[in-house]
Amino acid sequence: MNLHEYQAKQLFAEYGLPVSTGIAVDNGPDAKAAAEKIGGDKWVVKAQVHAGGRGKAGGVRLVDSPAEAQSFAEEWLGKNLVTYQTDANGQPVSKILVESCTDIAQELYLGAVVDRATRRIVFMASTEGGVEIEKVAEETPEKILKAIIDPMTGAQPFQGRDLAFRLGLNSDQVKQFTKLFLGLAKLFEDFDLALLEINPLVITDQGNLHCLDGKINIDSNAMYRQPKLKEMHDPTQEDAREAHAAEWELNYVALDGNIGCMVNGAGLAMGTMDIVQLHGGSPANFLDVGGGATKERVTEAFKIILSDTNVKAVLVNIFGGIVRCDLIAEGIIGAVHEVGVEVPVVVRLEGNNAELGRQVLSDSGLNIIAATSLTDAAEKVVAAAGGAQ
Amino acid sequence: MSILIDKNTKVICQGFTGAQGTFHSEQAIEYGTQMVGGVTPGKGGQTHLGLPVFNTVAEAYAATQADATVIYVPAPFCKDSILEAAESGIKLIVCITEGIPTLDMLVAKERCDQLGVRLIGPNCPGVITPGECKIGIMPGHIHLPGKVGIVSRSGTLTYEAVKQTTDYGFGQSSCVGIGGDPIPGSNFIDILAMFQADPKTEAIVMIGEIGGTAEEEAAAYIKANVTKPVVAYIAGVTAPPGKRMGHAGAIISGGKGTADDKFAALQDAGVKTVRSLAEIGNGLKELTGW
Repeated sequence: MNLHEYQAKQLFAEYGLPVSTGIAVDNGPDAKAAAEKIGGDKWVVKAQVHAGGRGKAGGVRLVDSPAEAQSFAEEWLGKNLVTYQTDANGQPVSKILVESCTDIAQELYLGAVVDRATRRIVFMASTEGGVEIEKVAEETPEKILKAIIDPMTGAQPFQGRDLAFRLGLNSDQVKQFTKLFLGLAKLFEDFDLALLEINPLVITDQGNLHCLDGKINIDSNAMYRQPKLKEMHDPTQEDAREAHAAEWELNYVALDGNIGCMVNGAGLAMGTMDIVQLHGGSPANFLDVGGGATKERVTEAFKIILSDTNVKAVLVNIFGGIVRCDLIAEGIIGAVHEVGVEVPVVVRLEGNNAELGRQVLSDSGLNIIAATSLTDAAEKVVAAAGGAQ
Repeated sequence: MSILIDKNTKVICQGFTGAQGTFHSEQAIEYGTQMVGGVTPGKGGQTHLGLPVFNTVAEAYAATQADATVIYVPAPFCKDSILEAAESGIKLIVCITEGIPTLDMLVAKERCDQLGVRLIGPNCPGVITPGECKIGIMPGHIHLPGKVGIVSRSGTLTYEAVKQTTDYGFGQSSCVGIGGDPIPGSNFIDILAMFQADPKTEAIVMIGEIGGTAEEEAAAYIKANVTKPVVAYIAGVTAPPGKRMGHAGAIISGGKGTADDKFAALQDAGVKTVRSLAEIGNGLKELTGW
C-alpha cells in the first residue's frame, strides 16, 4: 500500500523530521484559506496522487497568491493526473497539498528499502537528488552511498554520521542528518515499510536539511498491525476491480488483453498468462482464486473478470491438488449459471479426479469447452477469443 | 539418498491442533511421514491424531528428538514460532504460512542463520521426498520416487513440474518449495548445492518467477558449480511492472526482476530454459536424452 505525500509528511513531522508547513485540502476556498494561514508570499501547491513525475505533468506549481492556490486546486480537484508512472487514464486528484515555499541550495537523495539480496534494510543516500534515482544507480552507481542495517541491532548513529560525512555535509548538517537517519529508521520499523524515499532532501539557503518530498510504501502483509496506516488508505488510487477483488481475498491485476484468466496459485496464474501469450493471445488479467476454488470464490472471480468488457473468452486453469476436480467442475458450472456467463469458457482441470471433472463439464450443456492439457487449453481459448494476433 | 528429508526423518507440527495443522498432519501420516507429535501452547499432555501434544517446541524436541518441524501457525505469530523452533535444537524448519510481515522475516532468518538452522519457506508448499517423507501441503499422489530434483518459488507450478516428470516416468528425488516471499529462509543456491551433492538427483528443474534477483544469482552459481543438467522455467513474462502478482515477492520494481532478464541469465549459464510451463518435462527429456 502507498501513502500520499501529505500523509508521509505527517508521519515525518510526528517523528520530528523537518518538513514544510503544509495543509491538505479538498476544495478551492480551503486552498486559499490554507495559503493565508501558512502565510508568506510564495507557496507550493501539489496534486496528491500515488505516482511520481507530478511536476513534469503540471501537478505541482509555485504560486504567488492565495487566489492562485485556489485556482490551481479548482483546476485539478476531481480530474485525473497523467504522469509517466500512471496509465493512460491517470490517477484521480482528490486532495491538494498547500505548502510554504523552501529555498533550495542543494538537492540530495535519501531512501531506504528492504534489500532482498542482503536480507537487510538498506539506506541509500546520494548527492544527486531531485532526479530519477534509478538512472543515477545505473549510470553512476558509485554516487549511491549505502548503510546496511543489522536486523538484530537496528540503525546506529555512527551509520548516519558515516553517510553524512561521505555526502560532504558540514558538522552541523552531520548532526541534523544523523537525527534524520535514525528517525527514518525508527519510522521504517514502526510502520512496517517496504520503501521510503525523500527525493529531494534539500539543504536550504540557511544550510539546514529539509524533506521536500516523501514517498512511502507499506508491506501489505503487515497491514493487520498498522491500524493508523489502514485509516490512511485511499482506495480511489487503486483500480476499482483490484480493490473489489481484494475484499474477496482474490488476487486480481487488470491487464489490457481480451482473454480472462482464472487460476489457482499465483505462480500458475502467471504461467497461464504467459502460455496464452505464447500461443498468440493476450491475457486480460491475472487472477489467483487460491487453493480452495469453491463455488462462491469462482462465482465472484467470474463477476470480476467479466466486469472487464474487453474479455472475449475465459480460461479457467485449476490444478486440483488435494481438492477433487469433479467438485471444482460443479463449482464452475454453478458459477457460470449464476453469473450468466455469455462468452466461451475453456476449462483445464488437472490432478485429483480430473477425468471425472471433465466429464461433469461436458455433460453440463453449458458453453464450456473442456481442454485435455494446458497447451490444448491455451490454443482453444485463443481460438475462442478470435484467434492469434 | 535425497535432500533434507527421508524415511528416517522425525517430524513435529507447530499449530498441530488447528484446522490446517490437523488436516495436513493427517495427510502426512497417511503418506508415511514419521510424525512424532505436535505443539499447541496450553494443550500439552493431550493426544491428537494419536500423537502427543506439547506446550513448547523445546519440550517436544526433548521428548521426541524430532529432526524437523512444520509450521501452520497464523502469520502474525510465525516470527515467534520460527524463533522458538530455532532455539529448541531442531535443525530443519519448514514454514508453510503465507502473509508474514517482511520485517519479521529479516529477524527470523538472521536468527536461524546464527544458530545453524535450515529454514524452508515461508509461503511455500513444503518439502517432499517421494515415497519416504512429506512435509507440507503438496498432494502426495502426483509424486513418483525418481531422479529429478525440483526447486521452485511457486506451489502450483511445482505441482505442474511434478506431474510432468511423473508422466514421463522420471520421478523426483526431492521437491523443495522455497516460497514466494521476498525474504525466503532458503534460496535457489542453497537447494541447488544440495541437489548437486545428492547422488540420487540426476537432473534439476528450477522454477522461478519475476521479482528480485534470486534467479540471476542462481544462474551465476550454476555456471560455476553445478555439473548436472538443469531445466528452468520463469513465470511472469506478461506481468506488468510495479504490480504485485499474488506472491509478495513477485513484483518488477525499478525495471529490475523481469522474466526476460532471468531467462537471459540462465541461458548464459548453460541452463536449458523453456518458455512454456507445459514443456518442462519435454525439456528434461531433450536435455538428458532419457
